[in-house]
Amino acid sequence: MAQAQGGAEAAAVHAGAAATVVAPASAAGRAGVAVVRVSGPAAGAAVDTLAPPRPPPRQAVLRRIGPPGDPIDRGLVLWFPAPASFTGEDLVEFQVHGGRAVVDGLVDALVALPGLRPAEPGEFSRRAFLNGKLDLTEVEAVADMVAAETAAQRRQALRQLGGALRRQYDGWRARLVRCLAHVEADLDFPDEDLPAGIIAAVAPELAGMRQEIARHLDDGGAAERLRAGVAVAILGPPNAGKSSLLNRLARRDAAIVSHLAGTTRDVIEVHLDLDGVPVAVWDTAGLRAGGDAIEAEGVRRSRARAAEADLRLVVLDGARWPEVPEAVADMIDATALVVWNKADLRPATPGGPPAAEPVWISALTGAGLDMLERALSERVAALAGVAGGLAPTRARHRTALEDTRAALDRALAAPAPELAAEDLRLAARALGRITGRVDVEDLLDVVFRDFCIGK
Amino acid sequence: MNGIDVIVVGGGHAGCEAAAAAARMGASTLLVTHRRDTIGAMSCNPAIGGLGKGHLVREVDALDGVMGQAIDRAGIQFRVLNRSKGPAVRGPRAQADRALYRAAMQDLLSGQDGLSILEAPVEDLALRDGRCTGIVLADGRIVPAGAVVLTTGTFLRGVIHLGETRTPAGRAGEAPAIGLAETLARLGFDLARLKTGTPPRLDGRTIDWSGLEVQPGDDPPEPFSTLSERITTPQVPCHITYTTAASHALIRANLHRAPLYSGQIEGVGPRYCPSIEDKVVRFADKPRHQIFLEPEGLDDDTVYPNGISTSLPAAVQDAMVRAIPGLEHARILRHGYAIEYDHVDPRELTPGLETRRLPGLFLAGQINGTTGYEEAAAQGVMAGINAARRCLDRADADGPFVLDRADAYIGVLIDDLISRGAPEPYRMFTARAEYRLRLRADNADQRLTPLGQAAGCVGPRRRAAFARKTAEMAAARDLMATLTLTPNQAAQHGLAVNRDGVVRTAFDLLRQPAVTLDRLAAIWPALNGLSAAAAEQVEIEARYAGYLDRQEADIRAFRREEALHLPADLDFGAIGSLSTEVRDVLTRVRPATLGAAGRLPGVTPAALVALLRHVRRGADRASA
Repeated sequence: MAQAQGGAEAAAVHAGAAATVVAPASAAGRAGVAVVRVSGPAAGAAVDTLAPPRPPPRQAVLRRIGPPGDPIDRGLVLWFPAPASFTGEDLVEFQVHGGRAVVDGLVDALVALPGLRPAEPGEFSRRAFLNGKLDLTEVEAVADMVAAETAAQRRQALRQLGGALRRQYDGWRARLVRCLAHVEADLDFPDEDLPAGIIAAVAPELAGMRQEIARHLDDGGAAERLRAGVAVAILGPPNAGKSSLLNRLARRDAAIVSHLAGTTRDVIEVHLDLDGVPVAVWDTAGLRAGGDAIEAEGVRRSRARAAEADLRLVVLDGARWPEVPEAVADMIDATALVVWNKADLRPATPGGPPAAEPVWISALTGAGLDMLERALSERVAALAGVAGGLAPTRARHRTALEDTRAALDRALAAPAPELAAEDLRLAARALGRITGRVDVEDLLDVVFRDFCIGK
Repeated sequence: MNGIDVIVVGGGHAGCEAAAAAARMGASTLLVTHRRDTIGAMSCNPAIGGLGKGHLVREVDALDGVMGQAIDRAGIQFRVLNRSKGPAVRGPRAQADRALYRAAMQDLLSGQDGLSILEAPVEDLALRDGRCTGIVLADGRIVPAGAVVLTTGTFLRGVIHLGETRTPAGRAGEAPAIGLAETLARLGFDLARLKTGTPPRLDGRTIDWSGLEVQPGDDPPEPFSTLSERITTPQVPCHITYTTAASHALIRANLHRAPLYSGQIEGVGPRYCPSIEDKVVRFADKPRHQIFLEPEGLDDDTVYPNGISTSLPAAVQDAMVRAIPGLEHARILRHGYAIEYDHVDPRELTPGLETRRLPGLFLAGQINGTTGYEEAAAQGVMAGINAARRCLDRADADGPFVLDRADAYIGVLIDDLISRGAPEPYRMFTARAEYRLRLRADNADQRLTPLGQAAGCVGPRRRAAFARKTAEMAAARDLMATLTLTPNQAAQHGLAVNRDGVVRTAFDLLRQPAVTLDRLAAIWPALNGLSAAAAEQVEIEARYAGYLDRQEADIRAFRREEALHLPADLDFGAIGSLSTEVRDVLTRVRPATLGAAGRLPGVTPAALVALLRHVRRGADRASA
């Protein structure tokens, strides 16, 4: 393509209308203080209208906040003119009392101003990125920080900001650069008395790296689970006390509990924090054969949930110990956690006391719940990989690493060295989507450092 | 000397191509050189081509340039490097007879219509209204022209270092160009110092060839130019010897006298062409370094020992050489030296190789910080075409003639230069090309000759030859698509294919690594009728098919970004969210497209988005 330069109109690929966006920056729900952020060119005007006069940059001042004559709250106003703000744009933070009415009222008042609109999810981080305030990994880490509900999530986000994952990826990048550079040297300098078998020599290194990346990817989705939460399904026959157990775990009445079998016909979800790992516990309808059409549908949903869950917590009726109803039997295997409820109603056992495993509890009295929570915590921690090393935390990283691995596979199987180099370049490009682009100068630095080139 | 369109200053490899190209474009062209008899001189090693470099020669040839034809007449040993590897990384290379090469080049230029040659020193540029309007000769005469191409090589304030002595020179025995360098400096061009070196020249009659490794050329030799039927110059072998521990010890003992290490040289030398003293220091545990003993000509006993470039004092060179097997009694005809010279920061240039600072002035070759005859020739042909376009009023209408990174190594070369500058002398490597499987030496004509024809730089003889080959290729592809086998038939012929009932064409079958065209010709004798060039092409296309398809998708994405032109008058300072570093880079280089901006070091994706948004906003305002 011989192209004519100049004169051509600049085409646009990005509709970057500079709207000013508004969103609560603190978590929804009741809290002592809520933060509402406004970012964009109209942020200053928003202060001028709702909380005049505009305070000095980066100083917290107390103001009456709200439309003229219709105050919403008294709170702190912080003004960060561009570019020295989180987003790189003009930015204002309102810190108000954390009631829903106050926050909603303030957001509504802001959005009513000209040029302001509600922010899309992650838009503050994205703007920060577009303005060069953050690199992509950091944006993701910040997004996680914002979403972090629990301590372990925050630790992971921090580790990423601190760069533990980055160091791991940079290590692979350096090795890949070296391997590719050696292959390129072999291709580009056939007359240079290079050591024999360069390409054969990099193959084991590449194969080793491929294994490491594969292992890293194969954490069974632990990091993803740590981010999104571990899903635990409580399953069992009707009236085994599943909902009572859920209430015990949640320490509040999340599920309707009654002694009538088949009360829970849909799935009820409760979120817990187990030693820092977010957990979604699903209470499900009791599993049994028969019942009416509605209950059969409930059973069907319970089974679907069981299949989706990361962990099955099977609750059995201790009064009927050791009988396991047929409809529940297929839920129990080595990966399930089995709990016998109603320990207080346990029949006298001719064969001596029951073993430590399975767990015995009484949802009614709370007996054995400590032991159950410990067992549950261990399982959940293992599933979230909290105990283990690093794992890819983002789908984007996972995709890039999968591309890297696939390109390495092809390179290792390539029929000719220049074709192997082609796939190694693609591998470097895929990894570069996480770690930054691999430039030809990076390769040449290695070539001329490792080999004496020059006739 | 009235009515001159294009003046080319310099008769080296860039100058010859620039002058020939401008004349082919129909511009009235004048080549001005110090000495007519040094036109086409090879001031460094007597060889052309290699990996990346051989690709460039084929591309220059595809634009109807002269280098390929000259080396085909002058080559005395041809080798295609990397024959054991795939076609994308094969590079043609030839040893040249220096005298034959000069003669061939001078003959080709004298046969070029519209090109005349003037022997005179050029002292200055003629300027008017901020444009370059001609040259000023040493005797004060002004020669006006529509455009001037400077190809002064290492002559700008050249200084030769040999041991402790320093001599101002453009090349051994030739005066440097001081006036032009001062003019460029006065005009505000950003000049920097680079350095390169050359080995001692040996008297071949004093070399003991008997124990040395022999390196024969290819038989038959493969020409560079598609216009050359075959090579008729007699062929000779090269020889290989190695440095020894004794020669290394001598070098180490005298390092303090090497200009490189004594601080006498300030210019930056290339990492890939180190002097022997550099090699011995940097690769201390390498017991020996390879030396190619390259003949300089059929009737010339001079031998060029490729691999021991040095600027050590003469006596040390003598002793070092005699510590090398076969060279025990070798006589040095001329000692090695290092040369320092000025180059212009090529980020001063537009994609058409015109200086932004002084419209009408074009720069090509080593003056832009490159090294190598081939890199020089590649810039020369482009500068010649664009200088002619400027005079023929085509530049304003169509803009410069530009090849992009997916078109040619020439595109890679120029884009690298104008966006990254030349912090060290720039040499081409295939590693620099993103689309290496496409940018092959074998298909340079198909990639570029049509573009050259459209630009007007291709003469009638090549036009005809290209049309012939294109027809052969089309016939070959058709044939490959019409010959088919069912899996059963393939099995009967002993070809292993899946028994999936799918009928396969000859081209499909050829995609399998184990299947060669010869093998298929045994099934379909019609394939024996393909011309050698067409057969080779078809085989390569089949071999790389999957990879090339994938690369095509990449190229489409690349060209989308290349199509996003940035306004020439864009004020990068007005883009608020750019970092100072990014703003400085953009202001200095002035990338022509968003893609070019993205390749600049330090320009982040965020900066690109900001750039894009800014340009987009400007466009919105303009249309509002």
